[in-house]
Amino acid sequence: MPNSDTLRQKVLVLYLSSSSLEAGVVAWSLYDGTGEYLHMPGDGEDAPYKTGIEALKDGWRLIQASPLIQHSEGDEFRTGYFKYEFFFEKIISKEHD
Amino acid sequence: MTDLKLLTTEQMAHFAAKGFISFPSVVPDHINQKFLDDIGEVPSENEKGMMSHYSNIMKSSTIPLVPAGTALKDSYPEGTALNELINLSEISGAIESLVGLDCLLDHHFLHITFPQKYWEKSKTPQRSQSIHQDSTIDPRKAFDVQIFYFPHEVTKEMGGTRYIPGSHFRVVSESSISRYQNIKGQEHVICPAGTVMIFHMGLWHGGGLNQSDQLRYLFKIRLCPKRRQLRLWEEGQLKNETESQRPIFWTDGKKQEDHLSSILTKPEPWFEMDSGRLEYLNRIRFWRYISGDDNFDADYWVTRVENEFL
Repeated sequence: MPNSDTLRQKVLVLYLSSSSLEAGVVAWSLYDGTGEYLHMPGDGEDAPYKTGIEALKDGWRLIQASPLIQHSEGDEFRTGYFKYEFFFEKIISKEHD
Repeated sequence: MTDLKLLTTEQMAHFAAKGFISFPSVVPDHINQKFLDDIGEVPSENEKGMMSHYSNIMKSSTIPLVPAGTALKDSYPEGTALNELINLSEISGAIESLVGLDCLLDHHFLHITFPQKYWEKSKTPQRSQSIHQDSTIDPRKAFDVQIFYFPHEVTKEMGGTRYIPGSHFRVVSESSISRYQNIKGQEHVICPAGTVMIFHMGLWHGGGLNQSDQLRYLFKIRLCPKRRQLRLWEEGQLKNETESQRPIFWTDGKKQEDHLSSILTKPEPWFEMDSGRLEYLNRIRFWRYISGDDNFDADYWVTRVENEFL
């Protein structure tokens, strides 16, 4: 029987080209709580999914999406961090993985 | 000083859009070898890991110690590899075109990417370096450049510097962007010995994973302008009519890839749909700054939002 001692979280972060989950992936990160894979910067050239929807279809659960924030006066044109960040998770049972 | 090979308008436009310029194999072998000799070696019995390697190599290396803010022309004694490097006509021409030859040296540093055995000695799992922007938040119009000198061949296995073309105008705080593991369009340096790349100070980058059994060296030199960077390059006849605009959106369907406006409005694979357009505005404003032409525009992106009546 899986319990908190055997369940582990995998986290997928997708950066999309707009606020829609149907938009294309422009950047991505993976963190594996099972310890099976050590993902690291620059380790992949191909995104794991083309869109956010594709990740949902593959069983990833959306747990956070970046809000749409009004541009403050005088700062409307400044670019910085990626705007459309989506956190997904999968819960993995180490007993069955 | 040798003859300067100034950057062309096309090269400057590439720098404005992408944030870097490359000179493959520009440094002759005898300079590369002299520089590698200057680095020196750490006897294998003294190898205790990465930090101890840096400490030992700094003690034995003959790479000059240069106080921050020293004029570049006074930074490297005649006869040294680094003096010969900056006096190559392509490199001195690029320095003059970007920051002026009267620029100041901020700092230089030998970046070493260590193979697996060094990580084992340091009892740390081997990892690539996170993506980052150097220094700190820097929203200036003036810009510094960083010379990336690769004195030996960099193979794919050696984990050459990863960089994100077109990321240089993003105002972020150094390693705050380390959450981004992979970015569409990221490039990895794989190059022959003697390659030099010159980065805009804001270009996002990070060291790769060295899966070879050799140390990988990158020597970085940060240069600061001492004056307004205004029309320093070799202005040529790039097809551009700065005083007139071309049809946009509804066009004749023909591509004009060498047109200045085309270079400045070419998207990168990682551009978001909306903020990618803001990068066009950043590039146009950068071009206004370096050209001194406050009316310059590419495909009406800035003119449109400046059309205000108060």
